[in-house]
Amino acid sequence: MNSIIKNIIRYILLVLIQVFLLKNTVLFGLNTPYLYILFILLLPFETPNWLLFFLSFLIGLNIDIFNDTVGLHAASCVITAFVRVSITSITVQKDNYESDPEPTLAIMGFRWFFFYALVLTFVHHFFLLNFEVFRFSEIPATISRVFLSSLFTLTLIFIAELLFFRKKQRK
Amino acid sequence: MLNLWRFINKYNAFFFLIIYLTISFILLIRNNDFQRASTFNTSNQIVGSIYQEVNSVNKYLDLNLVNDSLAQENIRLRNQLKSSFLDDSIVTKLVTDTVHRVKYEYILAEVINKSITSRNNYITINRGSREGIKKGMGVIGPSGVVGIVWNVSENFASIQSILHEDTRITSSIEGTPYFGPLIWEGKDPSTVTLTDIPNQLDLKPKARVITSGLGVIFPKGILIGTVLKSGVKGGGSFLDISVKLATNFYALQYVYVIKNNFQTEQEVLEQANKESLNE
Repeated sequence: MNSIIKNIIRYILLVLIQVFLLKNTVLFGLNTPYLYILFILLLPFETPNWLLFFLSFLIGLNIDIFNDTVGLHAASCVITAFVRVSITSITVQKDNYESDPEPTLAIMGFRWFFFYALVLTFVHHFFLLNFEVFRFSEIPATISRVFLSSLFTLTLIFIAELLFFRKKQRK
Repeated sequence: MLNLWRFINKYNAFFFLIIYLTISFILLIRNNDFQRASTFNTSNQIVGSIYQEVNSVNKYLDLNLVNDSLAQENIRLRNQLKSSFLDDSIVTKLVTDTVHRVKYEYILAEVINKSITSRNNYITINRGSREGIKKGMGVIGPSGVVGIVWNVSENFASIQSILHEDTRITSSIEGTPYFGPLIWEGKDPSTVTLTDIPNQLDLKPKARVITSGLGVIFPKGILIGTVLKSGVKGGGSFLDISVKLATNFYALQYVYVIKNNFQTEQEVLEQANKESLNE
């Protein structure tokens, strides 16, 4: 129950931050952070696949509605969810942990979380920006946007995670 | 049957991916269709009114910049007043009263939502079909051209800004007869490229780029930006001119929608030309 409420609050908070704060935040030209994918990253491991895909689709569509780009964020979020399923099934053995592990920096450690966040962010941004442009001739420019935006998003993800890091340690 | 179910169950993630990706793409392609009035649009009532609420808080943050640009516009207009010129003419001439034949009317609107950082950018304003806004009208800001009206609902309208890959505004350089389309290459939201200008033109840096007055959307002589640099791309006979936009999209708060009262007449005439050519 606790986890459900926590995730609902996280969902609302991340959508609000993304739509009203980060939407027109720009670093070097056209590179925008998409922090809302943190919601997909932080869903607990025991989330069933159907729920994971549904929630990813939902948050993508939610961002889309505010950005006038229906389907764009939704598609890239669904792909991100698929990559998340693949990564967790390869790298996480649930038997090694005593009580329900969560994909957070505090519980899984820096190395695992960095790899996990890096891959998911990159996949999401790659598909998002390429779907948006949808033109082969502009791929080199888009790739550089993907790298810089990923860097920006990753920084924000780690700031957000470190903010809540100490809280969990104290428990 | 049981085996099939087991198979689907084992690779369920893949099947979910296919299902949701299909839904997303259907939505994406349907929404891209220009002619279809979209249900999920910021000109849609609910999202539009949420943005209006948030904007009423947000607009205080940019107040300095907005005041500056409005003050500058006032100065520019004041400089054009008849009373600020020395009257040394002794010629009297007949004045024709043209008030009943106004060509361009301006409708004031407030920006309630905008995107700047996407490949294709849109702006939502709080005026719609109720105030007489129609698809295809030109939109300018206090300092220069902003874009073209794209979709209209009863109380809101979305504008396809200059920062969009399909926007082509015919523009020319002040004092020259040449004109060409303005293209945004999607790299920097403050610069656009003016193409199709013949390369024999001796271009001064900081020359003003203005609307050409061709077509029915913008009146002649509205500022778009100033020339940054120019060069010939790949040995062609046309210049590619970088133009620094006059409009600062980050601080854009108020815009004017241009209504051309003779638009239909001109379009009907030009359409008739095309039809008689085809016959």
